[in-house]
Amino acid sequence: MGTIFTTKGDMEESLLEKKEGFVDNDNEYTTWVEYWHEGELVHRSVHVTLKKMPTFAGAEAASFG
Amino acid sequence: MANTQSMCTSFLGEVLTATHNFGTAPIRAASTADTFKAALYLASATVNASTTVYSSTGEVTGTNYTAGGVTVTNATAPLSSNTSATAGTGYWTPSASLTYTNVTLTTAFDAVLIYNSTQSNKAVSVHTFGSQTVTAGTFTLTMPSNTTSTALLRLATT
Repeated sequence: MGTIFTTKGDMEESLLEKKEGFVDNDNEYTTWVEYWHEGELVHRSVHVTLKKMPTFAGAEAASFG
Repeated sequence: MANTQSMCTSFLGEVLTATHNFGTAPIRAASTADTFKAALYLASATVNASTTVYSSTGEVTGTNYTAGGVTVTNATAPLSSNTSATAGTGYWTPSASLTYTNVTLTTAFDAVLIYNSTQSNKAVSVHTFGSQTVTAGTFTLTMPSNTTSTALLRLATT
């Protein structure tokens, strides 16, 4: 167990309740981790991986005649 | 041999390096890359294709977050690649993740604006993601792979 930076300063991870989750869709893969202390959210970090631009613009050279 | 009408793919990459100037401004004296920054915006904000310049309106605020956001790491020059005789892509992706360290952002945010701080904070692009908050933690935006089909910025002929 390590130390977690929280709203109450550095706290031993063993004193905290840990919750994790993720979102996976065409646009992103996101993970998050929360640490709770006595029912209070004291740390939440988020890691978003952008997969691609949702829109894609095209361009072309005009023809004559 | 035959000629094929197309916008030249090399031009697409050169657009991303301001090699061509069809107008009269800006006059670019520097041969180095501009500095780009990344600012986060609240889910209630309005940043989109109509955004022309960075603004603090609607930007997140909170502990350890500096207005204007973080500097984008840009160690990889724009590239271009042909996909056929008539099509190609110019593309660019930041060379490192965008990281906001030990921040507290309690109001939901869901967008990042990339803008050019060297050129009067002119807007480049807006990228959205699922709405998030951060509490005494780190928010990291990892970039997509720098390819013709996934790069963060892509200019393509069709």
